[in-house]
Amino acid sequence: MATVNARTFDTQSKAPGLIGLFVVLALAPLLAANAFHYDLMIKICLTAMVAVGLNLLVGYAGQVSLGHAAFYAGGAYASALLTQNYQLAPLPAMLLAAVGVGAMAWLVGRPILHLKGHYLSMATLGLGVIAAIVINNEDQITGGPDGLAVAPLSVFGHELSVFGSYEWFGVAITGTQLWYLIAAGGLFLAVWLALNLIDSPLGRALRALHGSEIAAQVAGVDTAKYKLRVFVISAVYASVAGSLYAHYSGFITPDAASFGHSIELITIVVLGGMASTYGVILGAAILMLIPQFLTGFQELEMVLFGAILMAVMIFMPRGLVPTIARRFQKEAA
Amino acid sequence: MKTMLKQLAAGAVTALSLGLMAAPALAADTIRIGSFLSVTGPASFLGDPELKTLELYIDKLNEDGGLLGKQVELVHYDDGGDAAKARTFANRLLRQDRVDIIVGGSTTGATMAAVPLIQQAGVPFISLAGAETITTPVKKWVFKTPQSDRQAARRILMDMKERGLTKIGLISGTGGFGASGRNVTKEIAGDMGVEIVADETYNPKDTDMTAQLTRIRGTEGIQAILNFDFGQGPAIVTRNYDQLGIDLPFYQSHGVASDSFLELAGDAANGLRLPGSALLVADKLPKSDPQYEVLNRYKNDYESHYNEPVSTFGAYAYDGLQLAVRAIKKAGSTDKAKVRDALESIDGYVGVTGTYHLSADDHMGLDAESFRILEVKNGDWTLTQ
Amino acid sequence: MFSEFFQFSFSGITLGAIYALVALGFTLIYNASHVINFAQGEFLMIGGMGTVVLMDAGAPIYLAIPGAIVMAGIAGVLLHKLAIAPAKNADVVTLIIITIGASIFLRGLAQIFWGKDYHVLPAFSDTESLSVGGAVLLTQSLWILGIAALLVTALGLFFTRTALGKALLATSMNKDAASLVGIKTGAILTLAFGIAALLGAVAGVIVAPITFTAYDIGIMLGLKGFIAAAIGGLGSSTGAILGGLLLGLAEAYTAGYISSDYKDAVPFVLILAILFFLPNGLLGSRAVERV
Repeated sequence: MATVNARTFDTQSKAPGLIGLFVVLALAPLLAANAFHYDLMIKICLTAMVAVGLNLLVGYAGQVSLGHAAFYAGGAYASALLTQNYQLAPLPAMLLAAVGVGAMAWLVGRPILHLKGHYLSMATLGLGVIAAIVINNEDQITGGPDGLAVAPLSVFGHELSVFGSYEWFGVAITGTQLWYLIAAGGLFLAVWLALNLIDSPLGRALRALHGSEIAAQVAGVDTAKYKLRVFVISAVYASVAGSLYAHYSGFITPDAASFGHSIELITIVVLGGMASTYGVILGAAILMLIPQFLTGFQELEMVLFGAILMAVMIFMPRGLVPTIARRFQKEAA
Repeated sequence: MKTMLKQLAAGAVTALSLGLMAAPALAADTIRIGSFLSVTGPASFLGDPELKTLELYIDKLNEDGGLLGKQVELVHYDDGGDAAKARTFANRLLRQDRVDIIVGGSTTGATMAAVPLIQQAGVPFISLAGAETITTPVKKWVFKTPQSDRQAARRILMDMKERGLTKIGLISGTGGFGASGRNVTKEIAGDMGVEIVADETYNPKDTDMTAQLTRIRGTEGIQAILNFDFGQGPAIVTRNYDQLGIDLPFYQSHGVASDSFLELAGDAANGLRLPGSALLVADKLPKSDPQYEVLNRYKNDYESHYNEPVSTFGAYAYDGLQLAVRAIKKAGSTDKAKVRDALESIDGYVGVTGTYHLSADDHMGLDAESFRILEVKNGDWTLTQ
Repeated sequence: MFSEFFQFSFSGITLGAIYALVALGFTLIYNASHVINFAQGEFLMIGGMGTVVLMDAGAPIYLAIPGAIVMAGIAGVLLHKLAIAPAKNADVVTLIIITIGASIFLRGLAQIFWGKDYHVLPAFSDTESLSVGGAVLLTQSLWILGIAALLVTALGLFFTRTALGKALLATSMNKDAASLVGIKTGAILTLAFGIAALLGAVAGVIVAPITFTAYDIGIMLGLKGFIAAAIGGLGSSTGAILGGLLLGLAEAYTAGYISSDYKDAVPFVLILAILFFLPNGLLGSRAVERV
C-alpha cells in the first residue's frame, strides 16, 4: 500500500491556492498572441477539469479507472444529440447529460467498485472499451467513426460561438476569448468544488479508505458508499467537461472515448500529482503542450510519452508537483 | 503557500511554452502551404505517403525556381488519426502559421473537424479524404481530390451489374473508411439494381474473418462479395477468402489499391477486382493514354526517391498540391479569394487520380467513371476494360 | 449447417490458440511478481518485427527467428531491471502505469526504427490448410496449439521440477521470506521477465503468418491475451490456454451466429462477467487476501 503523506492532504485555508489560480487564469490571456493560443488554453482548462475530477477518484480514493474517457465522451455525445435531435438548449442538455452519465456511473460503479487493485482496472478498462465500441458502431445515432457535428453553445438564447464577435459593456470580445472565460471559469468552479469535497466528510472518508480500506471499514466508514459517490462525482466532472468541449469544438468523434484517451487522462493525474488538485492542472498543461513542441519530431511523441510515464512513476510516484513541493518544503525547513 | 507556488509554477510553464511557440517573423517571400495529415496512427496508411509526396514535390518545385518567384514552404503537422488533434493543428496553421492554402486532412473525421475553422478563416482547403459529405453540399472554401466513397461504390456496382452479379454480400471494417463505404453501398445498391443479401463487419485490427465469410458464403443466392476497407484487414479477408475456397467473384475497394496490399495478400489476391486509378498499371498503359505521362512520372519519382511502392493515397496529395500550385499561378498571387476562384475554374487538369473538372458546383471534379476497374492476375495489377 | 459450425469452431480455435500463447506470457510474469505486464503484447511485436527486420538485413529465416527472440528476451530483462525493479514497493496502480508506459515506449521505438508498414511471414508448413468435415483448418493453428501445449508442459515442469522454477514460485508467494532463505529475488524476477519475453516473441513469430506483423500488432493481441489470462485465472498456465480458447471460440461463435458488429465487445463483456462472478477466473486459486 502506498504510504500516504498527511501533508498532502492539506486542510488549511483554501484561499491562497484559489487566489493563485485566479491570478494565473486571469493573466494567461496576456500571453495569447493569437486565437490558436487561446485554443490551447481552453483545451488545457477543459482537460484539467476532467483531471481534477479523476484525481478525486485515483489520487484521493486510490481507485484506478482506465476507462474514464467513456464518461467524457458520454457527456459530449449526449450534449450533441440532445441539442441536435431534441432541440434542447445547450445548458439544460449539459445538465441532463451530466445526470445521465452520473446515473450510468452509479449503475456500473455499484458492482465494480467492490473489486480491488488490478481487477478494478480491468473492469474499468472493459467498460471503457465497450462504450467506445457502442459509440463507434451505432452510427445511425452517433454518426459513427466519422464523427458528429455539434451546435454551438447558447445561453438563454444568446449564441456563444467560437466564430462570433460580441460586445460586452462596450468592449469587443471574440468568440474564442469568450470561450476562454467560460473554460477558465468552469475550471475555477471545478477546483473550488473539489477542494470543498476534499474537506468534507466525503474527503475524510476517502483518505481513510485510501490508507487501508479494511481499517476504514472497521472504524465504521461506509467505504462502498463513499467510493461510489466519488466515482459518480468524477464521472460528472468528465461529462460536463466533455459537453463543453463538444460545443466548443463543434465536432466530436468516437476517439474521445478511446482507451488511448483514458490513458492520457490517467497520465495527467499521475504526472501532475496524485491527490494534488493544482498539480493535475499543471499535468494537463504539460501533456497538452508536448505535442505542440514536438511538431516536426512527431514520431518521437510516442517514445517520449512512454518514457515520461515510466520515469514519473518510478522516480516521482507522487507526481511532479508534490515531489517538487516537498523538496521546497525540505529546503525551507 | 505551497499551493500558491504550485499555481505560479503552472502559470510559468504555460507562459514559457506559449512564448516559445510564438510565431517567427513572417518571411514575406515564401509561400506557405499548410498540411495536417495522419502520418502516424491507424490511418498512417493514408498520411505517410501523402506527406512523402508533398515533401518530394515541394522540394522539386523549389529546385525549379519556386512559385511566382518565391520559395514554397511546407508547414505540416501529424494528427495521429485523431480528429480533435487535427482541429488543433488546423487552428495552428490558420492562426499562428498563417498559411496561404491548406492541402491535408487524410481522414474524413479530421477534415470535418477542421472545416468550420477553415470556413471561418477563409482559407482555401484541399482535403485528401473520401467521404462525400466533404464537398456535398459545396462549401465555399473546401475542395477535395479523392473520389468520394459513393463514387467508388457506384463504380463497383456498375461493374457487378455488367457481369450479371445482382445479389452480393458486403464485409467491411468498422473504421471510418469501411463504415462510410458500407453505408453508401447500401444506400445506392437498390437504385443500381443490386441486392445486398449479407452484411458483415469486423474490427480493422482483427486477425481472422473466416466466421464472417462463412456466414456470407452460406447466404442463399449469393453471387459476389465486396470488401470495403483499407490497411491490412482486407489482406486478411482476402487470405481467408482463399483459404475457405470461396470461388465467388471478389471485389475490393479503392482502399487497397497499392502494391503493399499485394505483398500481404499474396496469391490469394489473384482474380479480385477493384476500382482504382491507373497508377498501378502505369507502365502497362498505351502511350496514347492521356494519363500515361503524369502517372509514370509520379510513379518513377516517388519510387526512386523513397524506395517503396507508390500508393493511390499519395497520389491524392500529388493532385492536391498540383491543383493548389495551378490555382496560385492562375490567380497570380496568394490572395485567398482569388486562389479560391482560380481553383473553381480549373477544368481539365490531368492528374494521377483522374482528369479534374472543377466548378462552382463541383469542388471535387471527378466522377465515378474516373475509376478504372483493375484485376489482379499472377500477382500483378492488370487493366480490365 | 454442420460444416458452418465446424468452420466457426476452427476459426475460434485459430484465434483462441493465438490468445492462449499470449496469455501464457502474462501468466508467467504474474506468477513471479503479481505484476500485470501491459507490455507483453510488445514482446510479441518484437518477435515478429524483429524477424522481418533481420531477414531484410539479409539473414536467413532460421537465424532471424532466434535472433528476434533473443532481442525480445533482452527487452524483457531490461524492462524489469530499468522499469520495474527501481519502483521497488510501488502499489498496483503505479506498476500498471509503468508497464503501460513501457508498452507505449517500446511501440514508439519500433515505429521510429522499424517503420509503420505491415509485413507477412511465411507459414511453417507447405500445406497451408486442411479440410475437415467440410470446413477449413489452418495448419498454422495446429502449430500454434501444439507449441502452446509444449510450452505449458515445459513451464509446468520448470516450476515443479527445477530449482530455479521453485525459487520463482517461492519469490511470488512471499518475496521477503524467499530472500531470507537465500534466493536472489531480484535476479529471479529479472529471469521471469526475460522468459516471459522469450515466450511472447515465440508467440509473435508463430502467429505472424496469420496475423501479419507491424509495430502496433501488440496492442490488440496483448489486450486480448491479457483478458484470456484473466478469464482462465491469472497465475494458471492451463487456465491461460483454456481462457484463450474460450475467448477465441466466443468471438467466432458471436460473429457467426449473432452479429459481427458486436463481436468486438465479446472479450470485454466476458472479462466483466468473470470479474463479477468468478473474480479469480476459471482455474485461478481462490486466494484469500491478507488484511
